[in-house]
Amino acid sequence: MTTITPTPAPTDGPVGRPLDRVDGHAKVTGTARYAAEVPLTGLTHAVLVGARVARGRITSIDSAAAERAEGVLAVLTHENLGKIAAQPQLLPSLAGSVAPGETFFPMQGDEIHYAGQHVALVVADTYERALHASRLVRVSYAEEPSVTVIAQGRDQAYEPEAIFAGFVPGRTERGDVEAALGAAAVTVDRTFTFAANHHNPIETSAATAYWEGDRLTLHDTTQGVTATQHTVAALLGIPHTRVRVIGHFTGGSFGGKAMVWHHPTLAALAARKVGRPVRLALTREQMFVACGHREEQEQRLTLGADEDGRLVALRHHKLSPTSPFDHWAEPSLGVAGQLYACPNYEGVYRLIRANTTTPTFMRCPGEATGLFALETAMDELAERVDLDPLELRLRNYTENDPASGRPWSSNGLRECLERGAERIGWERRAAPPARDGDWLIGLGMAASAYPVYGPNNPQRARARLYADGTAVVQAAVTDIGTGVLTVMTQVAAEALGLPVERCRFEGGDTDLPNVAAAVGSSGAGMVSATVHTAASALREQLIARAVGDEGSPLHGADPADVDVRDGRMVLRDAPGTGEDYAELLQRNFLPDMEATGSWGPPPQDAPFASMTFGAQFAEVAVDPVLGLVRVRRLAGAFAPGRVLNAKTARSQLMGGMIWGLSQALLEATHMEPGTGRWANASLGEYLVPVNADAPDVDVDFIEVRDTVVNPLGVKGVGEVGQAGVAPAIANAIHHAIGRRLRKLPITIEDILSGADEASR
Amino acid sequence: MRPISYLRAEGADGIDSALRAVTDDPGSDFLAGGTTEVDLLRQHVLGPRRLVDINRLPLAGIEELPDGGLRIGALTRMSDVASSPVVQERFPMVSRALVLGASAQLRHMASMGGNMMQKVRCGYYRDAESPCNKREPGAGCAALTGVSRTHAVLGTSEHCIATHPSDVAVPLAALDARIRTRTLDGEHTYAFDDFFLEPGDTPHREHPLTHGELITAIEVPALPMARRSLYLKVRDRESYEFALVSVAAAIEVRDGKVGGVRIALGGVGTRPWRARRAEDALVGGPATTKSFDLAARAELAAARTTPMNAFKPELARRTLVRALETLTRDGSRS
Amino acid sequence: MTVRTPGTETGAGTATEPEADERGPDPVKVRLDVNGAQRHVDIEPRVSLLGALRDELQLTGAKRGCDQGTCGACTVWVDGRRVLACLTLAITCEGAEITTVEGLATPDGTGDGRLHPMQEEFIRHDAFQCGYCTPGQIMSAVGCVREGHAGDDGEIKEWMSGNICRCAAYPNIRAAIRAARDRV
Repeated sequence: MTTITPTPAPTDGPVGRPLDRVDGHAKVTGTARYAAEVPLTGLTHAVLVGARVARGRITSIDSAAAERAEGVLAVLTHENLGKIAAQPQLLPSLAGSVAPGETFFPMQGDEIHYAGQHVALVVADTYERALHASRLVRVSYAEEPSVTVIAQGRDQAYEPEAIFAGFVPGRTERGDVEAALGAAAVTVDRTFTFAANHHNPIETSAATAYWEGDRLTLHDTTQGVTATQHTVAALLGIPHTRVRVIGHFTGGSFGGKAMVWHHPTLAALAARKVGRPVRLALTREQMFVACGHREEQEQRLTLGADEDGRLVALRHHKLSPTSPFDHWAEPSLGVAGQLYACPNYEGVYRLIRANTTTPTFMRCPGEATGLFALETAMDELAERVDLDPLELRLRNYTENDPASGRPWSSNGLRECLERGAERIGWERRAAPPARDGDWLIGLGMAASAYPVYGPNNPQRARARLYADGTAVVQAAVTDIGTGVLTVMTQVAAEALGLPVERCRFEGGDTDLPNVAAAVGSSGAGMVSATVHTAASALREQLIARAVGDEGSPLHGADPADVDVRDGRMVLRDAPGTGEDYAELLQRNFLPDMEATGSWGPPPQDAPFASMTFGAQFAEVAVDPVLGLVRVRRLAGAFAPGRVLNAKTARSQLMGGMIWGLSQALLEATHMEPGTGRWANASLGEYLVPVNADAPDVDVDFIEVRDTVVNPLGVKGVGEVGQAGVAPAIANAIHHAIGRRLRKLPITIEDILSGADEASR
Repeated sequence: MRPISYLRAEGADGIDSALRAVTDDPGSDFLAGGTTEVDLLRQHVLGPRRLVDINRLPLAGIEELPDGGLRIGALTRMSDVASSPVVQERFPMVSRALVLGASAQLRHMASMGGNMMQKVRCGYYRDAESPCNKREPGAGCAALTGVSRTHAVLGTSEHCIATHPSDVAVPLAALDARIRTRTLDGEHTYAFDDFFLEPGDTPHREHPLTHGELITAIEVPALPMARRSLYLKVRDRESYEFALVSVAAAIEVRDGKVGGVRIALGGVGTRPWRARRAEDALVGGPATTKSFDLAARAELAAARTTPMNAFKPELARRTLVRALETLTRDGSRS
Repeated sequence: MTVRTPGTETGAGTATEPEADERGPDPVKVRLDVNGAQRHVDIEPRVSLLGALRDELQLTGAKRGCDQGTCGACTVWVDGRRVLACLTLAITCEGAEITTVEGLATPDGTGDGRLHPMQEEFIRHDAFQCGYCTPGQIMSAVGCVREGHAGDDGEIKEWMSGNICRCAAYPNIRAAIRAARDRV
């Protein structure tokens, strides 16, 4: 079902246009209110206290000094918080239901499972007073031995039946990998290591809670207000209809706000306790223990190929620590096992029970790490069989999903590879690496791919047209920076035949029609589907009303012959005949007309598999003497299906690519094995890129039409931009200095450790 | 942050009243730019009962000294020193170190005197809870067996391995700057080397100052060869990060021989590290890469590392060689 | 639940000069000149400028991202210079002019829909995604231009590195600054 259209067909509708963000004005003027910024009368402030040991029991909590401190209203601990109704099971928020970050809730007993686990919550009348009093809570522990890193728990590794909340099997096999590797002309067998990573959105997670009688309102910073609503209601043991969650703006998330962690529920409990609104914002340090992380991991990958570089076998094993509660690993093996044709495959996850929170989704969860292993090994394979790395990828290209055997619903990988090569000037790679003063210049590439996820249940939206000719379309989405409010305005305007200026999209409130959380790059696809459905239904209603109305110039026309342009219904063949929506409503004394739309994902047994493909190219400069790596340019080409807004889509892909740079060269959280604490829990020491680290990024689109995934053919741009960047950079480093680095991040000491022979 | 009282020192006798206020009260501290202090107050690492705000005192500005040196008022902001034409002309490594330190916003806030007093960035010191001899003498040092990639390799002791974080103190060490202070007893002057104490058995003592002693100025003596000096800073991120290694250097070469040289290292020492061993090894010898390398090795021979920062002596050696090569190649600033 | 309307102070000029005496640790009356208006807040001396703006004056444009001086989201101007509000105690700002993003386009902070050129270019060049670091980026960007450090991309990169954008809109931020620099 793939149609390649190198130059996108121009449409005259709003969809696809590089419209400025509709929430831009609010964001540049500081008037956009985030969850910890809602002004409320009688507002109080809560600050959490975390455990100082990785495992053990609380022997005593002395909160007297904190309680005596000026302005303190309550100190909540496991002794006085009260019990939650039930501990829900881990379930991804895309399921549209209860979505706790881990199968555990703190402050229910004296047991400590990980350092930083919430042990107390201090509520005071000002933030400063709560923060100070939180330091006065004295907790004593009986400490027990803990395991927090792979090195400590290697002997205890186990193979789980399933990971990722039960959605991904622990072991996947096809063909006979052992025999194929034995018979392969060439094998590459390498181990890759990855530091733990933390999301670090600039807005720390926060919730503001207040009760009116038995009804709870929560302002939450989240990827899905519905997920918060269901989770908090389940934990409190009240119907979700009594919980309203509002979240208009979320200050970045990247997976850290995809699941519902403990603080919104604790804020609600505290608000009930003190009888006043409670704002609970995590500190930056707490962001490292209270909303999950990408786990430390080790991957061993073995490729077998024939002498022409065609893959015959792929074995991919992963080892990583999980929490005491859940069998969690990010699904690193998935896409890496589907990218290239390969008849024999074995993927195995092994886990170590460790004293940490349950790891969680972090942008490009699994793909970013799995593709680093695969695409670095592919680069090495290319070297072994003496092929250009790009040619090796093309040689292993497949039109079918190797896992299911089904054809891809749309593809574009080949075109992405060719376009990216063109943009970076790949032909330069044939020559020896260039030198620029102390810098050696290298080029590298990797393929990129990200799955197309859909929701589990129907998504809903509502469209209403007012008698003044303007429309409002609603669904309970939250803007986490994707531009969802903008693109849904465009989708609604196009379906209604209205200019975007007369169309307003609203989200961010569970009182609006229900949609699942914006996760897994699925938001644009599923929400555009339901918005398109609702707006199209309304347009049909309006046309039906007009052709049935004796007062309308369109009376008696076939609805199929009616077009809508600029809010005016006209006969397609006689555009002079028609009337405005507004005229129709005003004549009939109708203040408005409304329709709801519902969209369910295609059935699982569709004869297609879906994936978003792309290609990444990097130009790096390496100073082998000082160990410095600077990325000079990134070029990516992507085939994300229909692009709803060229400007915001480009921005998301660009951001993802810089995330890949960051993963490659900067991001590492260091666990201190003895205490179980993340030793560099600050933005000063957990390094994310600053402006000076970010090169100009070249983003290009390969237009592919996909008629399977959803009505508009949208495959998503949130994460595929990151996939493949880290191996492209590592491969470029290899090109520059001749050394293969198989760990992330690649830092100065890694370059230094063997730089002598390369530079002298 | 603990509850604090506030007193603003200003007016004609502002300096004296500030000195008196802090000297007479062990619970009072001066507050200048606040970029380290407010952070550590919030972390409960520092806990004065009262802050004496000295920002309005007449201690800002840059004066030229008769010998060609400069006198930099303690309350001159980092950004103002960095952009001063006379600093850029006479001491480019000072200007460069300032520009490469912190961020534009922090440089607008932070004072030069405060920079001399800034606290270490060791995570175990800053978390207010881990064992730390600097914060709580006798408590032990968690960094010795902890995460120590950024910690010091020179001037360490078994009680503390925290790195001195300042950038600008590195060229000032190379320049033999002097720290001028005032107490109720009068004025005092410290040689730069004497102003920063190695941790030894008393890591909580970082400076020889008495409580209530106020830095009034930093004096930088003239050094003609410093007009062609450089500051080279190596770090993971391209900006807004403390140095893993930095080098401030000035060198004078006559007929292929090193006539004079000044070198200091940052990011590797428990204090701004004047590289006298390297200087001694160089003076009078040939200005070649080989002798730069030998000099660097001489300086770093005493380095003591942890498994995580074992790369630092080698990185420091290479950075030092690169700095001197750059200066002798074309004299350009890095 | 009612929304609290921030009170705008009147009677500027009647306030007395700050006393030389010790103040606090209990809340004291602090006079702040914010976006051209005299505002009075009752705060403890330990309250940061960021806390006073956000919690007392409901000016939430300056953001709390780290409270440690490591992200730049709280960037405002004090006497025209870009500084970090999280590491500034509010009480030290008495007598200084404070400008926040709310007061950037129109000095009185009323907004009235008009935008500063830098704000316009941030929108046009899509120089943000989630928007949380954006007010700090914009206040810093205007400062960067006024300080004369927006000559080329290399300079902008270095002098804008005190403002972290986790969405990584950096290339677009540079484009916005290039486009706005002649109009600042």
